[in-house]
Amino acid sequence: MQKYPVADILDVCVEAGRVMLENGAETYRVEDTLYRIAKSYNLIYINVFVVPTALILTVQGSDGQDHTELLRMTDRQTNLEKVSMVNDLSRQLAQRALPPAKVKVKLLNIKNTPRNFSRWQSNLAIALACGGFPLLFGGTYTDIIPAVVAGGLGHIVYEAVNAWTNVSFFAEMVASFFIGLLAVLFISLGFGQDINIIIIASVMSLVPGMAITNSFRDLMAGHLLAGVAVLAKALLTAGAIGIGIAMVLTFL
Amino acid sequence: MNLNYLSYFAAALIATFGFGVLYNVPTRTLFASSISGAVGWIVYYFLAFEIELDLFVGVGVAAFLVAFFSQWYARHFKMPVIVFAIPGIIPLVPGGSAYNMMRAFIEGNPEMALMFATETFLISGAIAVGLSVNSGLFQVFSNRAFGKREKRYLP
Repeated sequence: MQKYPVADILDVCVEAGRVMLENGAETYRVEDTLYRIAKSYNLIYINVFVVPTALILTVQGSDGQDHTELLRMTDRQTNLEKVSMVNDLSRQLAQRALPPAKVKVKLLNIKNTPRNFSRWQSNLAIALACGGFPLLFGGTYTDIIPAVVAGGLGHIVYEAVNAWTNVSFFAEMVASFFIGLLAVLFISLGFGQDINIIIIASVMSLVPGMAITNSFRDLMAGHLLAGVAVLAKALLTAGAIGIGIAMVLTFL
Repeated sequence: MNLNYLSYFAAALIATFGFGVLYNVPTRTLFASSISGAVGWIVYYFLAFEIELDLFVGVGVAAFLVAFFSQWYARHFKMPVIVFAIPGIIPLVPGGSAYNMMRAFIEGNPEMALMFATETFLISGAIAVGLSVNSGLFQVFSNRAFGKREKRYLP
């Protein structure tokens, strides 16, 4: 027997799922967490279906009535701190079911948590990270400074274009075109040795290596729909980067 | 050669750290995940380029090790594994081959592109295998008793 209306519980579940999915949690984790939250309120016949762009949740209350809620997702980013906070919240709920209104306030707090680092700090960190990759890809020490500059500026361009046009394909293409231009410029000025190493290291913040790996994990866990969707997105991103770089290298 | 390893360690550490900041990893775990990423890369380098095993084996073992570190950190910091595993596998991720694949395709060199595509998918598959084998083992050999543990929701 539930102490709270089923609709309120469902709202809480969907809100938690939205926060997790928006911030880059894997689909199986979202399904698992929503199932646990719904279960801690003694709901029965819980069915959760999550793909990267949508979320469907169906439960049955003790009055025998089925309730369904659908959530459509648009923008995604990666913010692992929020994922971890929602995970903590679901563990608390498993210990003791709080009233849905209280949980809603907690979720709102999680949603409004600021990022740990300002935009400039994270851009600087990405630039430094790009400086680490030339060594890992078998380049020399002279390739580090061009990679830092091109990687950092490229990521700034990507963020700016993405915020402006809201089409990530286009933003990736423009950013990798810009990175290619910078790399050619650096080579012709005499900084750095291998243009390929510089370009690969600088586009690392755009390249969908993470997405390809995650899609394989989803596929192996049996989430075929999510895995294929993420793989398609990753290949599209790789295509955008390839087009951007190829434009520079063929026309110059 | 030792200096070489040290500089690779530093490079992988910085790379993981930077991506940790981009993904907004909680501040107190940032350094821990960086270390697991750097150790994973060193193991991969040693297996794949010093002993010259298959790329698949090297990446798989390194990913398994990163996942092992992440599971341990997850218990220590009481946070989900993903917080540590995602930055940790960044140096292993096949960004270079994915880029090379797409570039070869667009420049009209299908054989080369197919070679890089195979490499990309093999490496991604190896990382995924390493991570899933580790999480499977941890679920089986978890400290909690079998009967009491609630099963993960897998529809």
